[in-house]
Amino acid sequence: MRDPFRIPSGCAVSGILNLDGKPVSGTHIIRSIEVMHERSNGLGGGFAAYGIYPRYADLYAFHVLYDDPLRKQDVETILKQRFSVEHSEEIPCRKTDVIKEWPLFMRYFLRYLGEEENEDDEVVQVVMEVNSSIHGAYIVSSGKNMGIFKGVGYPEDIGRLFRLEEYRGYCWIAHGRFPTNSVGWWGGAHPFGLLSWSVVHNGEISSYGINRRYLQNFGYLCNLQTDTEVIAYLVDLLVRKHRVHIDYLGAILASPFWEQIERMDAQKKHFFSSIRTIYGGALLNGPFSIIVGFPGGMFGMVDRIKLRPMLAAWKNKTFFLSSEECAIREISPDLDRLVALKAGEVISGRVGERNNYGQKLAVSGV
Amino acid sequence: MAKSLLFPEFKIDRDKERCISCQVCVRQCANDVHEGSDNEDTVLSQEENCVGCQRCVNLCPTNALTVHKREGGFRPNGNWSEQHLRGIYKQAESGGILLTGMGCDRSYPIYWDHLLLNASQVTNPSIDPLREPIELTSYLGRKEEKLDIDWSGEFPLVQTRLAPQLELKVPVVFSAMSYGSISYNAFRSLAEAAREVGTFCNSGEGGLHPDFYPYGDNIVVQVASGRFGVHRDYLRVAAAVEIKIGQGAKPGIGGHLPGEKVTKEISRTRKIPEESDAISPAPHHDIYSIEDLERLVFAIKEAINYKKPVAVKIAAVHNVAAIASGVVRAGADIVTIDGIRGGTGAAPQVIRDNVGIPIELALAQVDERLRSEGIRHHSSLLIAGGIRSSADVIKAIALGADAVYVGTAALVGLGCHLCQKCYTGKCNWGIATQDPVLTKRLNPNIGKRRLVNLIRAWSFEIKEMLGGMGVNAIESLRGNREHLRAVGLSKEECAVLGVKAAGEGW
Repeated sequence: MRDPFRIPSGCAVSGILNLDGKPVSGTHIIRSIEVMHERSNGLGGGFAAYGIYPRYADLYAFHVLYDDPLRKQDVETILKQRFSVEHSEEIPCRKTDVIKEWPLFMRYFLRYLGEEENEDDEVVQVVMEVNSSIHGAYIVSSGKNMGIFKGVGYPEDIGRLFRLEEYRGYCWIAHGRFPTNSVGWWGGAHPFGLLSWSVVHNGEISSYGINRRYLQNFGYLCNLQTDTEVIAYLVDLLVRKHRVHIDYLGAILASPFWEQIERMDAQKKHFFSSIRTIYGGALLNGPFSIIVGFPGGMFGMVDRIKLRPMLAAWKNKTFFLSSEECAIREISPDLDRLVALKAGEVISGRVGERNNYGQKLAVSGV
Repeated sequence: MAKSLLFPEFKIDRDKERCISCQVCVRQCANDVHEGSDNEDTVLSQEENCVGCQRCVNLCPTNALTVHKREGGFRPNGNWSEQHLRGIYKQAESGGILLTGMGCDRSYPIYWDHLLLNASQVTNPSIDPLREPIELTSYLGRKEEKLDIDWSGEFPLVQTRLAPQLELKVPVVFSAMSYGSISYNAFRSLAEAAREVGTFCNSGEGGLHPDFYPYGDNIVVQVASGRFGVHRDYLRVAAAVEIKIGQGAKPGIGGHLPGEKVTKEISRTRKIPEESDAISPAPHHDIYSIEDLERLVFAIKEAINYKKPVAVKIAAVHNVAAIASGVVRAGADIVTIDGIRGGTGAAPQVIRDNVGIPIELALAQVDERLRSEGIRHHSSLLIAGGIRSSADVIKAIALGADAVYVGTAALVGLGCHLCQKCYTGKCNWGIATQDPVLTKRLNPNIGKRRLVNLIRAWSFEIKEMLGGMGVNAIESLRGNREHLRAVGLSKEECAVLGVKAAGEGW
């Protein structure tokens, strides 16, 4: 069942984005994350895929995990209050040598019935309501034309369980987990998703207590007790509500040091010191490297003193992010460019955008 | 007059073999305890006068003196403690309110001592402050909920104008101690130290001596019910203005500086006639409700052109969370909360020891209330009353304080030995006195150095503890109660503090 405590974990993360928006099969991402087998311990793995539901691209695709299939009716009642269910089905899985049992996974394609302007907030509310009040059911992903597939096992086995090689998406993100306890709950695996955000994360957030209380101020309830959850909510708050430019998220979530800010020119100094003065509660402290997927792209970021690894690479029209170089070389032995992210840096890629090759905004020399 | 029924509180042992009759003790004691004889061979002691300040012991060149609590005298009694008996004897003799100085010395629970800090192991690397930067810089003042930023240009442009902030290099501020309650030299030590370490000292309610105007950038000036020394330049020269509603040592009552202490310089500073009593009324006579407070807050903001933060200081009383919420809504940029162990130059003992609540509980409740109301960012929280070490500082910050005030700790740094006789004006350490013979005992250069050392030492310790928790910026600990665990507290106390019991994981 649901983890009673927040569990620290080490991890492997990997992401692939086709910059032309061309869909590719899930085979590549499975191969990539499989190379980093030793970075996980078989207690959690998962994937986020974008562009996989072109037929229902305008609809919210909800992936719902049922530990208790009897709660299906409760969840569907809540969903039908705000949405019309255009299509629903069990997510197809295949029994493998390694994973012989799994909980029920359903997907729903939903049309929102209310006012357009409140749409996103309403979706967030439904997700919060189901995840905090209905035990035995858990909304895994709630975005459009994307989905999250996750569970207990090594990531490559989870990928095969969900038959991901049959899906085609333009962006894939994967996670292999190394939690430090043995509680296995399928909902506790990563990626963590809200709306169309998906977050995979390697690390432990030592500022969790205050980030969580900071988010409460804005109506986000952290009920999963995972670090990844606060990262997802912070990204949602800052980008969707406060309109912060993704490439500058590092200024808030992994801000430069005051002594670095002191040395900047007046304009930058004003920007960074204003950010730090106002957004102290959103600063993520402790070791982390994260990949965040969003419609049309993904970005990677590492903590302010780079305590966890992350590399970015480009080859033709593909953008890669990964914990280790080997996971990129596995699927693309030749690369145009490979860089290690610097402390506090964000490197992003977007469909249709010229390669920015990263590191333009890096403040740190680390 | 008949002999007092009081026994001397202290016993003075003089080692005859060590005493060289140098008369240092005679000259050092403002309470006339020691008395040289005619031939200057022997020194006698009047133990009745001794306050136990240890000045003579400290200065005796041969270590001939020991001053210790006098044993015996009062018959042991579980109900009638020595403190009660002394009080009754004194009041039966004098007919007056018992006075005292410094903070409450009763053994109420000290919650700092029941809170333990976290550290990283394996899953999260600890950070070594000798190798990596660890940041203590803090900003006090109203924070906007979000920044409006123009992202269209080459580099983003912040459109929001930030409210005025106090920049603290260390989240420790010297609390309000007026020139009058403490000496000129003590005040100078505090002001110079504040400037050197990048923090602030507070003028207290006694105005600001013209000599200290150059230190204005590091001084918070107070506006209290007596309005002593309050005028346009006083408000404008300071880094921030604090409206004092209450004080932890004496919630609900005013203050009294006896005319004897109102010297020429103090009269000049407070703008009152020499030798006249300076009496602060219990309430501000223009504040009878929260909306009146709002008017004063904005009257001051108008006077300083909204260029500096305005703080409001209240004592930690039972309904402190709701009161603080009102204060925030009245426009305070900083809310100062002073707990029951907060110090004073003079207060009725019965008030000091019985009114108010511990700051730890008040802080936890205020922080939580402001967050649940979604207005925590409207004001910074400064807390005072019983901060004794860097560990108390860091625990206060983890509970939710933006910074802490230290008063007693700073005075102890200057030499105070907590004899609690500040109200007599006979401070042998030259701190809480205006007697020129006594005040010159405190050299402000040495005083400053000692205070700078103290704050420096604490900041090193705070960095070590932060690094151990895997946190390299103090804002990531602020209000982060996940890093605190309680030992030996009841469920109710844990709930009020918002802290889990030690042994519970995340």
